[in-house]
Amino acid sequence: MGLSIALTVNGAPHRVELEDPRVTLLDLLRERLHLTGTKKGCDRGQCGACTVLLDGRRTNACLALVAAHDGADVLTIEGLASGGELHPVQAAFIAHDALQCGFCTPGQIMSAVGLIAEGHAGNDPERVREGMSGNLCRCGAYAGITEAVLDAQGRLARGSEAA
Amino acid sequence: MNSFEFVRPATVAEAVAAASAPGAAYHAAGTNLLDLMKGGVARPTRLVDVNRLPGLDRIEHAPDGGVRVGALVRNADLAHDPAFSRRFPAVAEALLSGASAQLRNAATVGGNLLQRTRCAYFYDLASACNKREPGAGCDARGGENRLHAVLGWSGSCIATHPSDFCVPLAALGATVEIESKAGRRDVPLLDFHRLPGAAPERETVLEPGDLVVAVRLPAEAARFAAHARYLKVRERTSYAFAVVSAAAALRMEAGRIAEARIALGGVALKPWRAHDAEAALAGAQPDAASFRRAAEAALTGAEPSGGNAFKIELARRIVARALAMAAGGTPERVPALPASPFAPAPGASVHV
Ligand SMILES: Cc1cc2nc3c(=O)[nH]c(=O)nc-3n(C[C@H](O)[C@H](O)[C@H](O)COP(=O)(O)OP(=O)(O)OC[C@H]3O[C@@H](n4cnc5c(N)ncnc54)[C@H](O)[C@@H]3O)c2cc1C
Ligand code: SF4
Ligand code: FES
Ligand code: FES
Repeated sequence: MGLSIALTVNGAPHRVELEDPRVTLLDLLRERLHLTGTKKGCDRGQCGACTVLLDGRRTNACLALVAAHDGADVLTIEGLASGGELHPVQAAFIAHDALQCGFCTPGQIMSAVGLIAEGHAGNDPERVREGMSGNLCRCGAYAGITEAVLDAQGRLARGSEAA
Repeated sequence: MNSFEFVRPATVAEAVAAASAPGAAYHAAGTNLLDLMKGGVARPTRLVDVNRLPGLDRIEHAPDGGVRVGALVRNADLAHDPAFSRRFPAVAEALLSGASAQLRNAATVGGNLLQRTRCAYFYDLASACNKREPGAGCDARGGENRLHAVLGWSGSCIATHPSDFCVPLAALGATVEIESKAGRRDVPLLDFHRLPGAAPERETVLEPGDLVVAVRLPAEAARFAAHARYLKVRERTSYAFAVVSAAAALRMEAGRIAEARIALGGVALKPWRAHDAEAALAGAQPDAASFRRAAEAALTGAEPSGGNAFKIELARRIVARALAMAAGGTPERVPALPASPFAPAPGASVHV
């Protein structure tokens, strides 16, 4: 029995026919929609490389079955910049050298966007580190990541005050 | 992963009927189930998706101070519900000390209760495991078992239950609401998970098809709100399961302990309520000697199941420290590092 699933990915509607329900959101993004920015590290919820926003909330795409998310809205790293302009979190990662090999970076950035939207960390570096602990970085770029998140959060807050 | 049929029932009754078939399993967020399926540890032939069931995603605060939390409420949403965390701060702290922000955004209340053990031999198909395959034996005995149980274990299984959420729920007298073909029933959380005995494959009181629909906390549990903490020792600062944890809640009257609630995590195959330790504190002064006495009582009957004798003394110290933290008062906000032993010393950030 096949399932027909509707998804919005980075603003574009998709209809996905699932002959087999074993497809995770991570595999759908990478293998079928060719959005390979979302990375597969562990495939078991342990590293955060696959973090996307699912209906606006950061989630591990490797543990999400597509079949359970009919009608969902998905935002990946490819959908973050708008009109050729980097999202403030992306810009802050570059400015603060918040990466080395870059493998964890799309997940880190999507997680940071989620953390800022949740609004629980304030400008406390300890709360940012704790809130980002679901994203491992084998290169150990953590100090730069924390700085980048705090900086981007400040810029986004100032931006929304100005608007 | 084995292949399976994915069904999306629209009502609780349809879900219960669909999940009563042999080989069926409920699917909530899938953060535990999918992990186990990827490893071949769980092999359901039918997944019954609960995500579309109506009415299961609500947090209902009763006027008397109790609460009813639907099985589909996400762990993060419960922890950040202001009225919930004000009344049951140790539960919010426990939730926020578990897993990662991403996982907490997805994981459900029902799935958290029903998550399976993290015993590495249970996960490894090449190992003998009575829980995975009844009668096969238990490779954790005589294996790498420094994190295994020190209370309530049996010769057939020495695993622990990994949930943080369940520990303060056990301390505070939570009730689980279950829907089955025969109708609805209530089971105290303390009776929900089973100790291994000779049948470690039977993990809870649920029968095939039984659906957890809600968890309730009674109004009297909110009376501990001013002095309630969760403390969790991990092998790294964050994003790790408990080695040992404790929930401690006190009701203070005129500087003395009127009533205490204590439960431990990471020590047994279920959240471990320490009734004797609670009794030892009734009417006592909130001081180090009372807390140590309670801690000794909490670990009565504890025995190493392998190379884990250290957990017994560690658990006593965690109980004593959680009690000291609770006596110091619930902080205004869940600390930056929830439940962490690295947080400032007990008593430093006091409010009543
Ligand atoms: C990397 C990692 C780290 C983690 N760290 C922690 C931690 O530190 N502390 C902690 O407590 N947890 C931790 N967890 C576990 C996490 O809390 C659980 O995976 C999660 O709570 C399960 O919820 P779920 O909705 O995803 O359940 P699912 O995976 O969908 O289901 C889990 C089980 O519950 C059953 N089930 C689900 N809902 C119902 C229902 N309503 N009625 C009856 N049966 C049901 C399913 O059939 C299945 O057997 C961690 C998980 C991962 C992957
Ligand atoms: S301790 Fe329990 S879960 Fe672990 S291998 Fe033994 S029987 Fe299996
Ligand atoms: S790939 Fe999803 S958490 Fe590692
Ligand atoms: S930059 Fe290499 S893993 Fe993070």
